[in-house]
Amino acid sequence: MVKEKVVLVNFWSSPFGSRVKIALEEKGIPYEYKEEDLFNKSSFLSTINPVHNKVPVLVHNQKPVCESLNILEYIDETWTDLSPRFLPSDPHQRALARFWADFIDKELYESSKKIYRGIGEEQVIGKNEVLRILKLVEGEIGDKPFFGGDNLGLVDITLIPFYSRFYTWETFGKFSIEEECPNLVAWAKRCLQKESVAKSLPDPIKIYEFILDLNKYFAK
Amino acid sequence: MGTSSSEIKLLGTAASPFVNRVQFVLSLKSIEYEYIDENLACKSELLLKSNPVYQKVPVLIHENKPPLPESLIIIEYLDEIYPDVHPILPSDPLIRADNRFWANYIDTKVFPLYEELRKTPEKEGKEAIKKQIMEVSQLLEEAFLKFSDGKPYFGGDKIGYLDVVLGCFLGWTKFVEKHNEFMIFDEVKTPKLLEWTKRIWSHEALKDAIPGSETLMNFYMMLMKYKPPRAA
Repeated sequence: MVKEKVVLVNFWSSPFGSRVKIALEEKGIPYEYKEEDLFNKSSFLSTINPVHNKVPVLVHNQKPVCESLNILEYIDETWTDLSPRFLPSDPHQRALARFWADFIDKELYESSKKIYRGIGEEQVIGKNEVLRILKLVEGEIGDKPFFGGDNLGLVDITLIPFYSRFYTWETFGKFSIEEECPNLVAWAKRCLQKESVAKSLPDPIKIYEFILDLNKYFAK
Repeated sequence: MGTSSSEIKLLGTAASPFVNRVQFVLSLKSIEYEYIDENLACKSELLLKSNPVYQKVPVLIHENKPPLPESLIIIEYLDEIYPDVHPILPSDPLIRADNRFWANYIDTKVFPLYEELRKTPEKEGKEAIKKQIMEVSQLLEEAFLKFSDGKPYFGGDKIGYLDVVLGCFLGWTKFVEKHNEFMIFDEVKTPKLLEWTKRIWSHEALKDAIPGSETLMNFYMMLMKYKPPRAA
């Protein structure tokens, strides 16, 4: 029997890395965690992700898989006997799940940076863009507990790591996400009741302090 | 045995490489469809309703199901509902992940850099972007060598996912090369990709969907009007 070796190379604050942690924890896949110092990247990272030199990277039996959404699909397609499945079985539902996950992935992080790294007008633009994204996504939950139905699915896992950043966005942008998107925040709290999510999300205050430090670092 | 044309509709515009990409797959899988041409300077109600998030083409409408935007998502959907005719993605999860990685790389680099080149007014800026484009094509040459493993296509003996994902940009690549007087694929730096481009241009299923220079020029003029270059 082949012994599976799974390594997650990540940086603690990365929402993209948290996605992979949640996925591995949800399926109960044993893995080794390697923290990468993004301010002093190792040569190991450049061998497993030569094109982008970024985290997260999943190394499965010495073969690297890069890009968080790719990794989520890879996990779902490789460990097919482990539930929950992150993607539904119907092709059209799968396509819709991929669409929303891709939308969140392409837009949310970049727009949110305007809130905490921008000043004046740019912050307002960032806040409006983030709210637009969150409201559009909120509309897709419906009556279900999760985007994936009764269990966490691709869209849940893609979005929930950003919950750790809500405090930062709200503090910099001076707004309340709960007021603007109450259903979304209710969904997030349901997600946090899952052990896989609670274990994998960094503390919101730690994130806020880290972003304050980063802003000082970039201001030099 | 084709599919009746009323089942599948594709909203598109001839000059969009992302639309062409979906057309390649529909052609490879012998899927009949109704093509609805969009004027991007004056978007239809149908397009705005079908893709409220991005308001872009392509959009695929299959029977009465909610419309699907985004070319890569459409391709995976077509591959899943018509798996028996010319499969596009491989079945091995690791190779699939690798294919998706490079598709994402291509989409974040190729057309955005062509657009950046168009929008940059000054010569030094343009030279810097040309250099980036050539670095990208160099990386793609290495990727081609790895995926093709001596065979004619990224997909091996038959056209696969990355052949479609990159092949749709060939019309624009020639256009950009001609207008900016440089080679993106050449015999010295990217010999295998250069040979590959000739195979794609002449492929039965693909050649009719690659837009001609007049279509591209019209689209280029529209881009210059609605998304003009930055002030020098």
